[in-house]
Amino acid sequence: MTPLLEVDDLRVEFATEDGVVHAVDGVSLAVEEGRTLGIVGESGSGKSVTGLSVMGLTRGRNATISGQARFDGMDLVGMADHELRSVRGNDVAMVFQDPLSSLHPYYTVGGQLVEAYRTHHPGAGRGESRDRAAEMLGLVGIPDAQDRLDSHPHEFSGGMRQRAMIAMALINEPRLLIADEPTTALDVTVQAQILELIQRLQSELGMAVIMITHDLGVVAELADDVAVMYAGRIVEHGPKTTIFDAPEHPYTWGLLGSIPRLTAPRDEELVPIPGRPPSLINRPSGCSFHPRCPYVRPAHTEVEPSLEPISADPAHRVACLLAEPARRKLWGQLRQGASPQDAREAVLGAEVPS
Amino acid sequence: MAENLLEVRDLVKHFPISQGGLLRRQVGAVHAIDGVSLEVRRGETLGIVGETGCGKSTTARVMMRLLDPTSGTITFEGEDVTTVKGARLKALRREMQMIFQDPYSSLNPRKSVGSIIAEPFAIHGLLGGKGERKAGVQELMDRVGLNPEHYNRYPHEFSGGQRQRIGVARAIALEPKLIVADEPVSALDVSIQAQVLNLLRGLQRDLGLTLVFIAHDLSVVRHMCERVAVMYLGSIVEMADSDTLYSKPRHPYTGALLSAVPVADAHAAAGKRRQVLQGDVPSPTNPPPACRFHTRCPKIQPVCREEAPALTPKDGGSLAACHFPLTDDEVATQVPGLASNGR
Repeated sequence: MTPLLEVDDLRVEFATEDGVVHAVDGVSLAVEEGRTLGIVGESGSGKSVTGLSVMGLTRGRNATISGQARFDGMDLVGMADHELRSVRGNDVAMVFQDPLSSLHPYYTVGGQLVEAYRTHHPGAGRGESRDRAAEMLGLVGIPDAQDRLDSHPHEFSGGMRQRAMIAMALINEPRLLIADEPTTALDVTVQAQILELIQRLQSELGMAVIMITHDLGVVAELADDVAVMYAGRIVEHGPKTTIFDAPEHPYTWGLLGSIPRLTAPRDEELVPIPGRPPSLINRPSGCSFHPRCPYVRPAHTEVEPSLEPISADPAHRVACLLAEPARRKLWGQLRQGASPQDAREAVLGAEVPS
Repeated sequence: MAENLLEVRDLVKHFPISQGGLLRRQVGAVHAIDGVSLEVRRGETLGIVGETGCGKSTTARVMMRLLDPTSGTITFEGEDVTTVKGARLKALRREMQMIFQDPYSSLNPRKSVGSIIAEPFAIHGLLGGKGERKAGVQELMDRVGLNPEHYNRYPHEFSGGQRQRIGVARAIALEPKLIVADEPVSALDVSIQAQVLNLLRGLQRDLGLTLVFIAHDLSVVRHMCERVAVMYLGSIVEMADSDTLYSKPRHPYTGALLSAVPVADAHAAAGKRRQVLQGDVPSPTNPPPACRFHTRCPKIQPVCREEAPALTPKDGGSLAACHFPLTDDEVATQVPGLASNGR
């Protein structure tokens, strides 16, 4: 099946006073119809800029964008603004993290939904658009939808606002939904409501979803495939079960070791990743992760790894300079509870990296 | 020496809502906390979990005497400190310190890190000599994993995780008996969060601290705390030691919370039937009568609308405020990953 969206070598740079920020640096990914791709990463990993750039929302005087984002045969990156406007909010829609600042405080929720509908259905009458807006609010589980159309965003709770955002995104039945941290600002019980809503609507409408999040739990519950981003690049990409059961990148190991889990023994020690994410202006040479990687070799500070499929599974791609057998042995050690130092000594020998 | 370092009884805090310009009159009150009783035992980590607006931060602030309670008592080391003032309050403040959520707004941007950490010493007139104070601060910086040479730097030169370490250094400066940490890691990235959690655990082990750990993240609280109190709309709905609470939750709200947490495990996620609570948390200005959870409770019965349940021991060891607590079978179907994990 040809993918619905195929991003190829996307690069986004922003010129700032301090220098050029390489926010996204050669990202390639694909999503098929009806599937969910989870993009995980920490702040500054480029996950949001990737989503925004596909929607053409990072275009600006200080931005340099290259690469392609093919959606249904059209290149969204190279497309002119006026053409993009007919795709955005229509075939491709987006849900943002903060529903309070993404809804206009002055207009009613219904008015904003109607606007989203009529922009792409110029022939639709007022009454028809209003009915459609009420139908969507009902679909996302807002009670008394017809009456709530006349409410302003401040009259909605956080969860209801996020539902209204989702209703707005889905009002034109998009084929691709990009959700950028849609539940990060919400409480867990509300998050559960929203995640269930997205899953239900996806199965009803058959759309593809890109779920951008920092929460590995959300990815584990929702995604089919996972891309792990670090410093503007995808460092590991594969089916969800592979990423959680047999990850091959030391950064993914680090993320999995950093989070306390309800299913793990309570006294399990957390193994944090030392240091902090690098500056995107002066990125480390070689592998961007090398200053924080416990398994770094001298050569890793010079050679840049590329995202290569592993020999056993072409769907699983990893950008790491360690040899495949060594990676597998390291993960085996870590999974049995070895510390990164012990795993390194056992697999790579006692030599201390310079 | 009393076993309980701190005890609060029937704590109530209402924030008045006023209306009108010149002649302001009270038209209502936000019932931030309503009848919270708990004790903090020496050397333990007590967790308080709940969602936005459940009163967990207000409880912390009242416990710390940063807010005055509307009614109720606070006892610290056997002494009633609910209304102490002046020199006695200042002495009390030395014994209890707080770590705040936001490492950006809780540090004065115009002061160097050295003077921020030295401030507790200055306030309490300790380590008088200049060299002595600097040495004390540098030792603290070293202890929390900051480079002591960065003594003269300003907060903006540090990352979020490092700033939170500055906050921790300031809190432990006076060797307090109690530290209350209010969402200390929620503003941090995943990899940094683990660094700060390990730091807090290590300090607690080394210094014998008593810690009250407030968070909305149930996994983090389970990792950090021996005992946990779950709050909903201003009251404690369930309290138990962590192993019991997380394997045999008794209050339907605790069950729903645990069921809602996304678990970073592809297989557990696949086998799970998420139990989704309907609706939103009611407004604390006008909380529902009787059991406050009745508007969202999946197990509601007529009595829940009429009679408020008391926090009483339930089968399995928890204290829970519920007329119809969850059974083991219900827990097993709603939160399967946990029941099998119950040790």
